[in-house]
Amino acid sequence: MRTDRFASFGTGRREVMQLLGAAAGLAFAGPARAQAPKRGGSIRAAGYSSSTADTVDPAKQTLSTDYVRCNMFYNTLTALDANLAPQPELAETIENERAMVWTLKLRKGVTFHDGKPLTAADVVYSLARHNDPKVGSIAKPLAAQMTEIVATAPDTVKITLASPNADFPVVLGTFHFHILKEGTTDFTTAIGTGPYKCKEFTPGVRTIGVRNENYWKPGKPYLDQIEFFGIPDETARVNALLAGDIQLAGGVTPRSTRLIKAQPGLSVFETPAGVYTDLITRLDAPVTGNLDFALAMKYLQDREQMRDAIWQGFAVIGNDHPITPSNRFYNKDIPQRGFDPDKAKFHFQKSGIGSTAVPIVVSPAAAGSAEMAVMLQEAGSKFGLNLEIRRVPADGYWANYWLKSAVGYGNINPRPSVDILLSLFFKSDAPWNESAWKDPKFDQLLLAARGETDFAKRKQMYGDMQLMIRDSSGIGIPLFNSYLDGHVSKLKGMSPIPVGGMMGFNFAENVWLEA
Amino acid sequence: MNAAMLRLVALRLVLGLLTLLIVSALVFTATELLPGDVAEALLGQSATPTAVAGLRAALHLDQPAWWRYLLWLGGLLGGDPGISLVNRLPVAAQIGNRLPNSLKLASITACVTVPLALTLGITTAMWRGSRYDRIVGMGIIGIVSVPEFLIASLAVLVFAVKLRWLPALAFRSGPQDFWTMLRLLAMPVGTLALVGIGQMSRMTRAALVTVLESSYVEMARLKGAGPIRIVLVHALPNALGPIVNAVALSTSFLLGGVIIVETIFNYPGLAKLMVDAVSTRDLPLVQACAMLFCAAYLALVLIADVVAILANPRLRQR
Repeated sequence: MRTDRFASFGTGRREVMQLLGAAAGLAFAGPARAQAPKRGGSIRAAGYSSSTADTVDPAKQTLSTDYVRCNMFYNTLTALDANLAPQPELAETIENERAMVWTLKLRKGVTFHDGKPLTAADVVYSLARHNDPKVGSIAKPLAAQMTEIVATAPDTVKITLASPNADFPVVLGTFHFHILKEGTTDFTTAIGTGPYKCKEFTPGVRTIGVRNENYWKPGKPYLDQIEFFGIPDETARVNALLAGDIQLAGGVTPRSTRLIKAQPGLSVFETPAGVYTDLITRLDAPVTGNLDFALAMKYLQDREQMRDAIWQGFAVIGNDHPITPSNRFYNKDIPQRGFDPDKAKFHFQKSGIGSTAVPIVVSPAAAGSAEMAVMLQEAGSKFGLNLEIRRVPADGYWANYWLKSAVGYGNINPRPSVDILLSLFFKSDAPWNESAWKDPKFDQLLLAARGETDFAKRKQMYGDMQLMIRDSSGIGIPLFNSYLDGHVSKLKGMSPIPVGGMMGFNFAENVWLEA
Repeated sequence: MNAAMLRLVALRLVLGLLTLLIVSALVFTATELLPGDVAEALLGQSATPTAVAGLRAALHLDQPAWWRYLLWLGGLLGGDPGISLVNRLPVAAQIGNRLPNSLKLASITACVTVPLALTLGITTAMWRGSRYDRIVGMGIIGIVSVPEFLIASLAVLVFAVKLRWLPALAFRSGPQDFWTMLRLLAMPVGTLALVGIGQMSRMTRAALVTVLESSYVEMARLKGAGPIRIVLVHALPNALGPIVNAVALSTSFLLGGVIIVETIFNYPGLAKLMVDAVSTRDLPLVQACAMLFCAAYLALVLIADVVAILANPRLRQR
């Protein structure tokens, strides 16, 4: 595992950490490749959404297609790697005092697409605008922790936080904090420091980027041009790939992978990631709201069968807590919970529910929930658990059923840091506390871990919290689904970044075409 | 005759406006009855009560429904169909983007479908009962019975994926020559034409056969008129009413009812816009699309009726 260059510090009061200065060394730190990347060529790539709301304003990015588009044109100060650890991008070094005051030194020789050099003023503008209500930034809740952002030198930015946050470099790596030129207010085109220059941007139609010859990462990008657009229908997207109309299809279903693999010259790209469909037993509900029933349900999940039957093997087994095995904070010492009908029966009988029918709400909005519930129903019927599957439409699911049904399913997308994920979904007073699980000790640990800059201590804290979620919350997480993309086999350089599909939405600067 | 005709058209126009008004009220009510609203649809998982309340207030959804309907109606009467609740772009601009695409697809399909369907319908009626009639009839019924999503998917699999003759996507932006456009639209037009030809040619045949059995046609035959003259001069004018109505119905379907073809070939037309609008509860956009489809339908039916009257000697003389 790669060491964490931002969070593993010494113990001095003013901790200084020198990131590996050589950008080149990092840029090529990916998995070993047999061939050297080749320059030239152009591709057409399709994502899975397209609308007139498409944007190149970093603050307005909402969909995967926005992330891909903006990553073509802009850079962030840090970028998350394969273990979701932050790596230096436009910020060459980052120092901090007790995780409260952060000093960023900017990389030298970086220029915007119009030739203007990157300065601290650009960074200050790009970060501070999220706190302006008039901008309407999606990232305002994340940006609110920055109480002061100042340029202390032409290449140095000092950021003061409202409270300690050791994950701040991760926050800076989220796409909404892409760096703009100071004073940018017009977003009909994009002028950033990114690997491609914006040649055309038509919302709802397409985006064309051409190679930025002055890109600061040596040798990159490899392609001359990328045309990116959306094909919302999955079948149409896969057909377009099969027919050779596009070279990369973002987001394909496990079912389509067989079609893609069957055709010579096409490949499937799998990104094991943190997206999960979770079984929710609300602990504040009448009848079913008790831990024994929740544990019975967790033991009833046949994870291997779910993975193979529902996801065609494109999933990673989960241990009823939301941290993926590839995460740097994953606690591998917690025993894996398996399919155990005897333990399920024991807890079910202890819960005293008996033959009362228990409705379980499923919906296409929570991918795979109907299939998983059928498997639970089947396994539970052997010892008298009477699950009644209620199928409801995806339309309006999050408003009308999620967080309201006593037993049901949710679907959670990956979050950039463990702290954000746990704060959103497991803190006692979190609005999205899916199982209404309340544990003051958990809340205290969460707060303490947020300000802890010692990696080992932090890992211990997050490890304890994973165990607490697994054994006492009402959430069952059987699997983490993989993101799947289809591409022509000639398209090389793809490696998984668990932020999302298409190489964490950042394939543009990394891919190249084999002759 | 002219005055009577004008009176008819004027009456139909007034009735048409009334129909539009009723339809707008119905569509508004139906959209209101759908579970959830635009605020919940937009926020998705993030639809916490405070967020929903805030967005509702921002979108003026906290006002009573009848008031919002009247506001919308007032705007429309003033020529402004409103602003999309989802992306804050003018509805007129969004429809303006998609309408040319839909019109292009519909007109090319109509140009292919109508002559073919009429030829098939007239010839099968002329030689009714012959082997030709039976083969064409069976073929048409076979094709009409296959759902269009199957035809479209099969076409993509065969012509795009296996043979690679045609692109799988029907839309490419930017300037393109006539040949490229033809290749892009070949499969969607083909799919829609297959469905349309079946209905139109069967209607044509049925209408013509009834007339051809009548005594005045027999009279014409006894006078010695040739088969082509009998069909075109004597029978067709009297059968034109149902035929143009069938053509009008099929054409109005082409404008807004081709969601399956638009989805499978990723073609940005009006039908997809309306379905997207319904799923996000974007009321102004839903209303505008519904009005447009309804108006197009009424206009086409009106034209069909006028054509039928002008073509039919008996109606013309009244």
